[in-house]
Amino acid sequence: MTAAMVGAAHDSAVTIADDGVLKKDRLGISVWCSIAWLALLMFSAVFADLLPLYDPADTRAGIPNSVPTSQNWLGTDSLGRDLLSRTIYGARVSLVVGISAVLLSSVVGGLIGMVAGYYKRKVEAVTLFGADVLMAFPTLLLAASIVAFTDSRGLTTVVLAIALIYLGPTIRIVRALTLSTSNREFVLAARSLGATNARIIRREIMPNVVPTLLSMMIVAVAGAIVAEGGLAYLNLSVAPPTPTWGAMIAAGKPKLDESLYPVLVPGAALFLTVLSLTLIGDAIQKRQARNTGAI
Amino acid sequence: MRLIASRFLRLVAVLVAVTFASFCMVALLPGDIVSSVLGPDATEEAREQAREDLNLDAPLPVRYVQWAGDALRGDLGVSYRTNQPVAEALGERVWVTIELVLFSQLIALAVAIPMAIFGALRPGSWLDRILSGTQLAMLATPGYLVAIGLMAIFAVKLGWFDTTGYTPFTENPLANLKSLLLPAIALALEQVAVYARVLRTDLINTFDQDFIWFARAKGNTTRDIVVRHALRPSSIGLVTLTGVSIGRMIGGTVLVETIFALPGLGRFTIDAINNRDFMALQGAVVVLTVGFVVVNFAVDILHGVIDPRIRMEAAR
Repeated sequence: MTAAMVGAAHDSAVTIADDGVLKKDRLGISVWCSIAWLALLMFSAVFADLLPLYDPADTRAGIPNSVPTSQNWLGTDSLGRDLLSRTIYGARVSLVVGISAVLLSSVVGGLIGMVAGYYKRKVEAVTLFGADVLMAFPTLLLAASIVAFTDSRGLTTVVLAIALIYLGPTIRIVRALTLSTSNREFVLAARSLGATNARIIRREIMPNVVPTLLSMMIVAVAGAIVAEGGLAYLNLSVAPPTPTWGAMIAAGKPKLDESLYPVLVPGAALFLTVLSLTLIGDAIQKRQARNTGAI
Repeated sequence: MRLIASRFLRLVAVLVAVTFASFCMVALLPGDIVSSVLGPDATEEAREQAREDLNLDAPLPVRYVQWAGDALRGDLGVSYRTNQPVAEALGERVWVTIELVLFSQLIALAVAIPMAIFGALRPGSWLDRILSGTQLAMLATPGYLVAIGLMAIFAVKLGWFDTTGYTPFTENPLANLKSLLLPAIALALEQVAVYARVLRTDLINTFDQDFIWFARAKGNTTRDIVVRHALRPSSIGLVTLTGVSIGRMIGGTVLVETIFALPGLGRFTIDAINNRDFMALQGAVVVLTVGFVVVNFAVDILHGVIDPRIRMEAAR
């Protein structure tokens, strides 16, 4: 996940060079499909209670291990629960955890990183050391241990655990962005006009850091959703009976020889969601690289 | 040399901080260690004895120093679940994970480098666009999904592989590689995309530099230019990423190990977490961070080897 973030950042910084010509700013069909999928997913997750769906825990929704039929559009799992309904309710957990974990780590990590990059010296040394320590823990195991040790498998714990994964990388990236911005002339100009540090951070640094951070957040949400799936697979995400994609996949895996659908349906939902977010993030980063290159 | 020394000091500091942090985390978080060792029905005497054995009444820093002193001598304590020395258990597990990681990196690089070269030779061509699209799709596929997909196709449907199980290398090298092939591919796929994307952009930048034009003007073939002139200066980003990934993957194999039931380090750690096996977890954290820290250190040094300019800067 983190490697992917670094890779994407590395990639976007030099995209100008490979195209050569500036293309017209038009989003490709793949990006529109991605937006459509995410919109559909969010809509059905938000309004799941109002949609004509089976109860996700209802074991009498259909025949166990049924293939897609007119009653169960995407089939049923080994207990006879409706897969479409479970996948939609599972999307709630994935989306809430993915979005709020990244928001949390971006706000906290962004502030810390900006302060570190702006004030430099000791503040910077201490925060970077902290970030290094955080990043030395293997990400998934860090999150897993937090959920396991606090013994609470609620939504908040999972969000906090996953936010912690992204804290270290966010601090490092924002600090680097701040560092390069604070060396620019307009910051010097603001300072020579007598602007306070707080004002410089707010008015000069933030507008230059936030857009890049936002585009990275989209890719990070994809990573956070994957991480939540991983935790759920290890039985360390939101507790049952709340369905989650990871837990559905884990439950279906030992019975793969009986039926593919219990794994295929949540797996495909996960894949499409992550792919959509990656495509959108990629397109935004390319565009940003073009725009900064044009200046 | 000064650079190396300062990096080294920093890494040792990170190591100490990480082990201390995990030490505190286990000790301070809710959940009584003694009841998880002995079970809820233990007598008061047995509990008292266990507290003494585990030295739980000493202050935290004292316990940490004691533990660290033992650890430096290679004694990581005894797992109170299995009564096996932690160092011994880790020794058995760690090779499975290292082999798995190296195997998957080999696959990833073998696929990613040609992909990057073909993409970079003609940026924007249909081949490049197909390759980039494939890479994006790979980037978007979580490793555990790939693992289950591969298992469903090759192990369950076609029956070419066993779904689970692991043969040690010393027992039967071929069966060993076979048992690791699917997990390694699952781990490699995401890496392929990351590596190929980075190397491709670096190669494109290199291709535009004067010395490449000069080599071309001398009449070298494209193959010669790529292999002898362009690849080395373009590979710094790739080397960094490979290093970072290896460091990360040592702890990131847990899902794939779980799916294929491999007795590796990731599985060991997650079991220790779930069982609150304090000593085992602490030992695993040491091995994981040492691995991460050492790999990062090696990457820093490798930079200097690949690119003399970095060596010069450091010397100045």
